Amino acid sequence: MTTNSPSEKRLEELREQAWKEGVVAGRGVDVAGGPIPSKPGYYGQPVVKPPVWTWEVPLYFFFGGIAGMSAVIASGALIFHHVDLAREAMWLAAISGGILSPILLIMDLGRPHLFLNMLRVFKHRSAMSMGAWILSAFGACAVPGLIALELHTHQIFPGTLDQLLRLAAGTFIFGSAIFGTLLATYTGVLIGATTIPAWFLHRTLLPIHFGTAGLGSAAAVLELLGYRIAALNFLGFYAAAVESALLIWLSVDKHGVADRAIHEHGSGWLIRIGEVLNGPLALILRFFGLVPLAAISFLIGALVSRFGWIAVGKVSGSDPESVFAAERY
Amino acid sequence: MFLEQDRAKGNQIAGPMSLDQDPFRWVFLSDVCKHCEEAGCLEACPTGSIVRTEVGSVLVQNDVCNGCGYCVVSCPFGVIDRRPAPLPDSGGAFKCTFCYDRQKSGLVPACAKVCPTESIVFGRLDDLRARGAERVQQLQQSGYNDAQLYDPTETSVRGIHAFFLILGEPEAYGLPPKPQIPTIYLKSAWTSAFATAIASIIATLLAFAFFS
Repeated sequence: MTTNSPSEKRLEELREQAWKEGVVAGRGVDVAGGPIPSKPGYYGQPVVKPPVWTWEVPLYFFFGGIAGMSAVIASGALIFHHVDLAREAMWLAAISGGILSPILLIMDLGRPHLFLNMLRVFKHRSAMSMGAWILSAFGACAVPGLIALELHTHQIFPGTLDQLLRLAAGTFIFGSAIFGTLLATYTGVLIGATTIPAWFLHRTLLPIHFGTAGLGSAAAVLELLGYRIAALNFLGFYAAAVESALLIWLSVDKHGVADRAIHEHGSGWLIRIGEVLNGPLALILRFFGLVPLAAISFLIGALVSRFGWIAVGKVSGSDPESVFAAERY
Repeated sequence: MFLEQDRAKGNQIAGPMSLDQDPFRWVFLSDVCKHCEEAGCLEACPTGSIVRTEVGSVLVQNDVCNGCGYCVVSCPFGVIDRRPAPLPDSGGAFKCTFCYDRQKSGLVPACAKVCPTESIVFGRLDDLRARGAERVQQLQQSGYNDAQLYDPTETSVRGIHAFFLILGEPEAYGLPPKPQIPTIYLKSAWTSAFATAIASIIATLLAFAFFS
């Protein structure tokens, strides 16, 4: 504090005013620890409510992404006659999309026993409603698709029935791939179309990030399960390259106070660590042929960044200044 | 319904000054549901639990809500939340009901009924808007230059059913200056999702076509 500081000037002004006019108008000065708080908004109270979601939701984003994109890989593998890889990928899709994802989603509900109410209505303007239907449709394709494929592979039934199973497997698996791409990407829409500043300001980036992280994670899991083939390696390169580009996008496309939760606080660190692990680090490791390490790095990064985005939502939603600043965009 | 501060009790209104000059100005925080014309929570609700009632209010049907929490992040005013655990029926979404039960019996909402200074007024929206505008004019004439009605009709929320007469900027009352319904963000987000979906399919097909 110097003699030139605004508060010093204001006090001198007040003294002069009191001397001349015998009365002063307006406020004095703020001092640290003073009785009148000058916090943004209404005494710093949040303007919008931060998300109530706990660890189940980011974990669901992670497994949902793996499940959806595994079905895409399975379809690609089927078309190009890699039946073993297709089977493994469909197991991954069915377990993480047909079992783990619904369990995590139901666990996160405030009233889990009413989970079937999710399918009470179909609302295309609600990303949560669309997500519930996408996940249901995915499960309804991936599980029968896997069963039909296994029955066909083991030649359980003879002749015509086996041909029918082959047809059913193909149809259901391609169906699960279509719903799978939506399952892996809609989660970005889900948090992008909200009133949380740091989320809706990045609504274009989020579906790309979640979808691509899903594709890279699915390829990484399959590689770790022993499928060290060039096609999966290519997908690993592709996903890590896209994630690296997104890291650059995030660091360029800054919105100041409005999305500071992404660049500051613990939430900002989670995003950065996640993006470095599944972006540049995974890319470099893969470049040097360290495929398993690259796969692990990508998976950890994809998981950490999902938790990071939920943490960002909590910080950003509790910050009244971010809400006010974002409304100027 | 709107809230104003016309009957000075205990001299809350210190004088015709703007907010930065008068540190003791009486402000308030109202967690009342604004019953938006276009309601973010209603659009977001995946169970159809949140509905528009015949009196124009937005209501959570407690027995239908499964507590997914999506309305919480879809409300531009932050008035809806999950009912915390010690309360009965915890886990579901809850907010101001606009006293739907009382209104059905022809009674006014409890807050309007009980307010000792009659700062909270209940009535037909047109009447209240007219009354509010008149009062703003009155206040401005008597020197409160920053008196205004907070009723965001120009944004995607398209107006609210619980509006306020305030002095100064809405931010000081914890009110968003330009509240938006989050469905306006859907188009760009879904476009991005579909583009990612198609790119992922193409990348996968290329991977198997050229690297196997």
